[in-house]
Amino acid sequence: MKDTIYSINGPVVTVRDTDSFGMMEMVYVGNAGLIGEVIHVSDDRTTIQVYENTTGLSVGEPVKGTGAPLSATLGPGIMENIFDGIERPLGEIAEKNGAFIATGVHVSSLDETRKWDVTVTVKPGASVRGGDVIATCPETSIITHKSMVPPDVSGTVIWAAEDGAYTVTDPICKVKTPEGEEKTLCLAQRWPIRVPRPVQDREVIGRPLITGQRVIDTLFPIAKGGVAAIPGGFGTGKTMTQHQLAKWCDADIIIYVGCGERGNEMTQVLNEFRELEDPKSGKPMTQRTVLIANTSNMPVAAREASIYTGITLAEYYRDMGYDVAMMADSTSRWAEALREISGRLEEMPAEEGFPAYLPSRLAAFYERAGCVKNLNGSTGSVSVIGAVSPQGSDFSEPVTQNTKRFVRCFLALDKSLAYARHYPAINWTISYSEYYEDLDPYYIANVGEDFCKMRGRMLGLLSEENKLMEIVKLIGSDVLPDSQKVTLEVARVIRVGFLQQNAFHKNDTYVPLSKQMWMMEAILHLYDRAVELVGAGVPVSAMSEAGLFDKLIKVKYEIPNDKPEMFGQYNQELDAMCAELLEKQKPLNAAKAEGK
Amino acid sequence: MAMEYLGLSDINGPLVAIDGVENASYEEMVEIKTKDGVRTGRVVALEGKRAVVQVFAGTNGLTLSGTSTRFTGEPMRLALAPEIVGRIFNGAGEPIDGLGPVFASRFDDINGSAINPVSRSYPRNYIRTGISSIDTLITLIRGQKLPIFSGSGMSHNKLAAQIVRQAKLSGEKTENFGIVFCAMGVTKDVAEYFRRSFEESGALSRVTMFLNLSSDPIIERILTPRCALTAAEYLAFEQNMHVLVVMTDMTSYAEALREFSSSKGEIPGRKGYPGYLYSDFASLYERAGVIEGREGSVTQIPILTMPNDDITHPIPDLTGYITEGQIVLDRYLDQQGIYPPISVLPSLSRLMKDGIGKGFTREDHADVSNQLFASYAKVSDARGLASVIGEEELSTTDKLYLDFGNHFEHEFLGQGADEDRTIDQSLDLGWRLLSILPREELERIDEKVLEQHYGKH
Repeated sequence: MKDTIYSINGPVVTVRDTDSFGMMEMVYVGNAGLIGEVIHVSDDRTTIQVYENTTGLSVGEPVKGTGAPLSATLGPGIMENIFDGIERPLGEIAEKNGAFIATGVHVSSLDETRKWDVTVTVKPGASVRGGDVIATCPETSIITHKSMVPPDVSGTVIWAAEDGAYTVTDPICKVKTPEGEEKTLCLAQRWPIRVPRPVQDREVIGRPLITGQRVIDTLFPIAKGGVAAIPGGFGTGKTMTQHQLAKWCDADIIIYVGCGERGNEMTQVLNEFRELEDPKSGKPMTQRTVLIANTSNMPVAAREASIYTGITLAEYYRDMGYDVAMMADSTSRWAEALREISGRLEEMPAEEGFPAYLPSRLAAFYERAGCVKNLNGSTGSVSVIGAVSPQGSDFSEPVTQNTKRFVRCFLALDKSLAYARHYPAINWTISYSEYYEDLDPYYIANVGEDFCKMRGRMLGLLSEENKLMEIVKLIGSDVLPDSQKVTLEVARVIRVGFLQQNAFHKNDTYVPLSKQMWMMEAILHLYDRAVELVGAGVPVSAMSEAGLFDKLIKVKYEIPNDKPEMFGQYNQELDAMCAELLEKQKPLNAAKAEGK
Repeated sequence: MAMEYLGLSDINGPLVAIDGVENASYEEMVEIKTKDGVRTGRVVALEGKRAVVQVFAGTNGLTLSGTSTRFTGEPMRLALAPEIVGRIFNGAGEPIDGLGPVFASRFDDINGSAINPVSRSYPRNYIRTGISSIDTLITLIRGQKLPIFSGSGMSHNKLAAQIVRQAKLSGEKTENFGIVFCAMGVTKDVAEYFRRSFEESGALSRVTMFLNLSSDPIIERILTPRCALTAAEYLAFEQNMHVLVVMTDMTSYAEALREFSSSKGEIPGRKGYPGYLYSDFASLYERAGVIEGREGSVTQIPILTMPNDDITHPIPDLTGYITEGQIVLDRYLDQQGIYPPISVLPSLSRLMKDGIGKGFTREDHADVSNQLFASYAKVSDARGLASVIGEEELSTTDKLYLDFGNHFEHEFLGQGADEDRTIDQSLDLGWRLLSILPREELERIDEKVLEQHYGKH
């Protein structure tokens, strides 16, 4: 019997009295062949969520199964591309349909006509297992694509192609499995997006994801293979922070998922990345970037899938031995898509209308990040940085709270900092990173022995300031003793001169770890000298007037990243200023003593 | 061949159910004939042979037996022609100005389609509004969606009307500039205020109006912005016009949606609004933009009244997550008699950074704007302190901040409803105010720029 649509409600369609579909199977819905996925099966009806707009769909139109779960096509051609939530290339959709996205468009994920310059790395007779590399090709000028044996295949190679130009669907080698089955492998393979790609083992996390953003690298570091969340109300700079990380972090590959966000923002990423140079190779950034754009007005079910598509692509490149960073902007939109679908299914809602399985879905997603030993023995990592858009900027809402349980680095964006145009508006009192212990050995070995100690001192000063500000708010700063005023002044230097970072300044948009450390050192040096001066009776107001504090604030602009030796000069000048202040103070102190 | 079905099976709020329907399609239009006339509706759910239809004009007076329903097989389409400019339509897109029907050159689905992100071109041409605070601090960019967050009783309408009157593109001809005005649930007075203000400025002939007033059918309100945006997209992308869409009041729209959702028996999200409010808003707001290779653009200024002035209410909250910034009005400033009462700290224009500066406005624009924001943020600290320890006890710097704050609010924010300031005037004024503060307090500005401007205006 032919399976036909029985009911339609928004993106949810049901089929009655059928047993032809499996759970999570991908199906084509209606005459137009809209892509859908089976999300509920019972004896009398099968429920399907449709990844495209269902306007115009009729009861009685056919539903066809594909026999496979919703899968991503993995192969060369992913890099530099921009896909929608279910891995359809938007560029080709635009070519076919013009500026507006139509429904029922069928395009293959990867260009099937393009020939790749392939080097085949297996020989007949070799025994291969899942994950083994069968062929490589330069996917872009900076990324070498390694086509691998699908994780569920192993056996002996009975035929292998010569090196040469092949498309993603040309056979590369034939493998005879132990069961005697013959399998033809191509450059591309398919993998169900909701299933994590298998790995051999998890590795210990120990390398930081260097972002060039001071507040992150120094105060709240993210590890390669780690997970971080960036929650913040609208206008606090989530997207801006995500963009900065995507541009500057030292991962080999960036997967940027715009999940239910603005169309113009995706265009901006696209434009900027074309112009930006990859700091390592000097080639355009797009050559190591994949964009997945499911903007807020694109179908909601595909928004739900976009996160999984993104992480599947990330895992695929991880399997090749790359360090991959995935930015998901924003996971709240994904959670809301879950809520929307759940509402259409009339499931019993838990907190704020979100389905009860929200925490488990979040956990399963974030758990796919990690630093791993791949099936083929190489080491790779997937780091996930998810933006969270809490409703009403209230961090106690379910998505933020549940995300907090599964991430180890929490970079909370703060409205009042954003209002004061303190960017990145990461609030240092409520943010945290649990990666200190894992990463400290790296910092000590590669940046500086005192790095972690200095970070501790700086955090100490900031929290001291926080305490003092409570008093200042009540009675003003004039009544504080000079020893505390120094703390306030130096904390201001830390806030303005160190934590604030200007994404539009060429010296400041990216700062290497070494300069971060020099800056910290200079600030703490200033603090020590200022405390000494206070001890010698020099009033803090005199220090401010002399410009002792302001001098350091502009260091971030004035010293280029490649001239750390200029810090020595700064410190000398600072010392000279201190000596001068001390000299001036001496007669005053003497007079005071005489007066007594 | 369209079939007609006699009778209804169920009437509930704005929804009716019809049984025995064959081959109806989702979201198609239906015509329900009663003895008093024809009402239109839209299929909102299909289950087997039962179709649930949303009746735009409401179900008052409908009976189970006295109707016949025809399924048109088409989604709702709007009749479009270049001549729609200058016309007035009701919320469902039918002309109500007595000038007869539109001789349509095409009919477009009012739901529109998403613009493919790869086909968008990034908006970067600024629109001069002549309002200092907006031009300098929250610059409006062509193709942007920039809502006004207001509260009942504040001057959002006056502000929107002023923006429409004064909006200019530098060096552009005005012929290809159009306005689409979309009223949702506003009073007759408000609609009339806008009409008069367009008329006075001579813009009326360039305005296309879609009016769903507070007395009009509520369900029709859900269609109104879709009709207006379809018209705007047509004018922008087919007729090469730069279209400014003013939509007021989004709060009434969201309430209509909530009413519809609850009558459909959907599971509510926050504050009873449907779980898909975000997606629904997005399907409207994302229709702003510029498309590569086409000349026109759609810029949106949605206006919403925040219930109880609460910016965390779902309507402003979800709006802010979709739009590219927001202009927030402040009741305290309004009470001080400052017009426009724009609260600059929570206001933001996300697209401004690429549309200002050399070649667009003036080289020092970004510096002035950053510094004004940062300095004004310190004013509230100084004020807080002054209210505790008294103004006399403040340090000299804090006193200067108070002074700066007052001047900023009265001279920079405050301006006449007809005052049209150039960008140079606004920026120079900004420098004059910044020069009140000691030079070392201006830590956001490069030394060189300070040298050039500090104390020079």
